[in-house]
Amino acid sequence: MKTPFLRAVMAVLRKDLRAELRSRELVSSMALFALLSILIFSFALELDRDARESAISGVLWVTVIYASTIGLNRSMAMEREQANLDGMLIAPVDRTAIFFGKLAGNLIFAIVVGMILLPIMTILYNKTLILPPVFGILLLGTIGFSTVGTLLATMTVQTRARESLLPIVMLPITLPMMLAAVRATTGILNASPTDDGVTWPQILIILDVVYLAASFLLFEFVIEE
Amino acid sequence: MSAVQNFPLQSADVVPANITRTRILIGLTIVTIVLVAIGIAMALGYAPTEAAQGEVQRIFYIHLSAFAGSFIAFSTTVVGAAMYLRTRKVKWDTLALAGVEVGMALALINLVTGMIWARPIWNTWWTWDPRLTSEAIMILTYAAYLMLRNGVENPEQRRRFASVYGILAMTTVIAVLVITRIRPDTIHPVVIGPSPQNTEGGFEMTQRIGSTIGINSTIWSIFVPITLIWWRIRLENLAERVRAVKMQVLTSQER
Repeated sequence: MKTPFLRAVMAVLRKDLRAELRSRELVSSMALFALLSILIFSFALELDRDARESAISGVLWVTVIYASTIGLNRSMAMEREQANLDGMLIAPVDRTAIFFGKLAGNLIFAIVVGMILLPIMTILYNKTLILPPVFGILLLGTIGFSTVGTLLATMTVQTRARESLLPIVMLPITLPMMLAAVRATTGILNASPTDDGVTWPQILIILDVVYLAASFLLFEFVIEE
Repeated sequence: MSAVQNFPLQSADVVPANITRTRILIGLTIVTIVLVAIGIAMALGYAPTEAAQGEVQRIFYIHLSAFAGSFIAFSTTVVGAAMYLRTRKVKWDTLALAGVEVGMALALINLVTGMIWARPIWNTWWTWDPRLTSEAIMILTYAAYLMLRNGVENPEQRRRFASVYGILAMTTVIAVLVITRIRPDTIHPVVIGPSPQNTEGGFEMTQRIGSTIGINSTIWSIFVPITLIWWRIRLENLAERVRAVKMQVLTSQER
């Protein structure tokens, strides 16, 4: 008898959250990296005020993506190292429930890091980022990255190169996502009333659906042993 | 080849050498070479010289056709990958791998011809235009596919992961196709449909130009990818045979 889908998802998510609450390993390393990244960008762009202001959404997203690759690598490596994944595969649950459980955990961690970033960037870059639409875009963007990332990280932790391979396989695939997210954020920050504020979030939603559907279909091929 | 041919092989992954197939392949290759030569001759001689851009515009016929070919090759990868995941037959994965390598080669032709054209027309070899950037990223995606293959030891797992990634990577090809529609700030001309207003280097379509484009892109999207993919599959099968023979020799020595 199989555990109901939603309960299996929640169980995987609860396990990840509990492990994280006890170790605080993932979010702290992601947040520290993110902080370093925006400081470095801030220094690098310091000479040119205008460049810094116009690059802000790019800086935000590049930081979020790199931080999530760190989180994804750790999150999946933990499953491998302690043979958690094997345990979950033996358990009478849907394979896709494992995927959605892992995805939910990774998504929450990425959003937490994004939420930490927004106020800090507001201070450092002197531009208000704490706006409801920006939260919306952050949510839509991280859904896409976490979806593809969870699928690809499950593969890359099983390879020889491990950690180094995830950014190489993930960054090009998520480029359309990155582009849409940056444009949508820029549109909101520049308060451009026309298409940018509407078109790009729509493209983000479409990409989220495409990635979710693709990962949903492909995940079971990634973990069969 | 004959010495290898008579070697008894047991491995299930090995495709036996087939001389008729090779002959057909050589015939197809000759046909393809002749057709490509005809296409180039049309581009150089039949199509009229473009008034504003001059002779350099002729490179466009190969430029577009090579992209069409790479699109077909990458689509072949998706078919091969999906079929591998369904049937688990090694030949489908070989097809997917061949599609990736041929697609990358054709995409590089597309990129390089574009750069040669852009030097006189845009006055630069390279610009971070959305279309150019997305194309470069597309090639890198497939380079990542090859790296992923390299990174997995277990052959069954390697084929499975490569298939999953081969399907996902198609999104970057689609991104290259649609990016001029969703990012109107591109300067890259559009062949089908109205060009965005910023494009530089577009031209009027006449009947002779149209037929040169049609014939060239047909040749490059049907004959060139099929021939190259076939050769690549043949190479992979031969390499697999060599591996199997080596294994057999090694085990027979141990006995």
